[in-house]
Amino acid sequence: MLYPDTVEAEVLVHKPWFVGTMFGVVLMAFMAFNLSGTGLAELMRPVIGDPSTSGLYGRFAIGFTIAVIFTLNVVLIGFAPLKLQIGIVWLELLLLFIAFFETFHLSLPFIREKLPFLVSQGVVTTLYVSAISIVIASAIAVAGAVAKLSNNGFAYAIASFYTSFFRGLPLLMQVYLIYLGLPQLGFVINAVPAGILALSLCYGAYMTEIFRSGIQSIDRGQWEASRSMGFGFALTMRRIILPQALPVIIPPTGNQFISMLKDSSLVSVIGVWELMFLARTLGQKTFQHMEMLISAAMIYWVLSICLELIQSRVERHYARSKVR
Amino acid sequence: MSAQAIIEARAVSKWYGHFHALKGINLTVHKGERIVICGPSGSGKSTLIRCFNRLEAHQEGEIVVNGVALHGRMSNVAAVRSNIGMVFQHFNLFPHMTVLMNCMAGPMWVKGVPAVEARQTALQFLERVRIPEQANKFPVQLSGGQQQRVAIARSLCMKPDVMLFDEPTSALDPEMVSEVLETMTGLARDGMTMVCVTHEMGFARAVADRVIFMDAGQIVEEGTPDAFFGNPRHDRTKLFLSQILKH
Repeated sequence: MLYPDTVEAEVLVHKPWFVGTMFGVVLMAFMAFNLSGTGLAELMRPVIGDPSTSGLYGRFAIGFTIAVIFTLNVVLIGFAPLKLQIGIVWLELLLLFIAFFETFHLSLPFIREKLPFLVSQGVVTTLYVSAISIVIASAIAVAGAVAKLSNNGFAYAIASFYTSFFRGLPLLMQVYLIYLGLPQLGFVINAVPAGILALSLCYGAYMTEIFRSGIQSIDRGQWEASRSMGFGFALTMRRIILPQALPVIIPPTGNQFISMLKDSSLVSVIGVWELMFLARTLGQKTFQHMEMLISAAMIYWVLSICLELIQSRVERHYARSKVR
Repeated sequence: MSAQAIIEARAVSKWYGHFHALKGINLTVHKGERIVICGPSGSGKSTLIRCFNRLEAHQEGEIVVNGVALHGRMSNVAAVRSNIGMVFQHFNLFPHMTVLMNCMAGPMWVKGVPAVEARQTALQFLERVRIPEQANKFPVQLSGGQQQRVAIARSLCMKPDVMLFDEPTSALDPEMVSEVLETMTGLARDGMTMVCVTHEMGFARAVADRVIFMDAGQIVEEGTPDAFFGNPRHDRTKLFLSQILKH
């Protein structure tokens, strides 16, 4: 919550100065474009005559119409209750987005033909590479955070060297280094394990820092209460500290999970048949790049939304003990 | 006193860096004894009782609790601690667990008591601190006084031999102080061995067998409540008492 001040009663989008400014900006913006070739201009033919010869008046009339619709829309949404507002704005943005994709004139039959393979091979690979990496990265993060907070010089040195190194190198480079570098040492490694290893190590390093800050956010009194009852370190960590650190850890970790899902596309460079790899190769033969790229983009987005939903559920679960 | 000694501190010294926090403390706590430690802030009274369950380590001297010496690398520290209850100024309840779970956690996870039995014990002690109806709430939903009583119940569930209280009423609203003090008085009446760091002089007078006054890391004066309040010998004690009893 931003904890709004109780003094301000009026909704922002109903303030005259805001509505006026918004109207002016939209009008100006759309007058700057020449929209005489669009469907809207055709619709306005009765008012402005032939769009292509309507000149400045035509531009003004089209811009004015758009500004009126836009402003009216915003003001009306301002009356709706919060949840409805959020829903309508989402829906409208989504429609605009779809309208944008419409302009590519994508071949739907082509998408329909390739989609099953894109999902059964690409999405499945992306998901399992990410899922395994997430589990390993979380385990590394707990160990790394404990090591970075410990008084043990070796543990601290190793953990800080690790986080410094893997946060300091581009992930793409790590993927190459592991896939191409390890065989130099005699470990021949397949593309999928190499990708998982690179993702786990890189995200483990970031998440180590997140877990460390989460653990540090817990009051010293919790450690003392736990110790005073005879809990050992492992029990204190597992039952007292980590469960309380989780609400602090979850939002940034959710970020990391979403980011990992998308960064798993980087392992396409070593030939793993995941979503990104397939999106590029399937469209190549027939030069239908945009079809596959946009499909893959949508799939990534849907997967990310699923992760966002999971995150908000988990956050709500851990908010339980904070309700008064 | 012929009773068995539960805590024995002999010439205990502790430093924080160059700061000499405890200067050769000698103190024996016998079974069933109620001791109140008072003194100005920074006098080392909290540090002293935190040494008794080794939340702090002393550097010189000897502390023996139930026959176990607390020094060096201790492998049995958990066993010693599970026999010493501690109540903190800021309660330190586990906020992610219900009140009931706060009380069940120790017996279950440290002593391996089955859940059913731990639950029974927990409810019994919550009854005793007079808040059984709050068992399924979370700590934040309780008032300060209630939280502190839960903290006392949580410690009691471990069936400790001695209870340490570290300024248990200092963080409470004035009207909640008495409910906590009543609980502590009840405990004392039932024969619990207690060491309390507190400024509640009424409580000290009514409950304590011995009152100990500390200043600058040393025990300045100790005696029965009557002697201590009625006839303090040291000027430092007189000054302290006059300031704290003035209001």
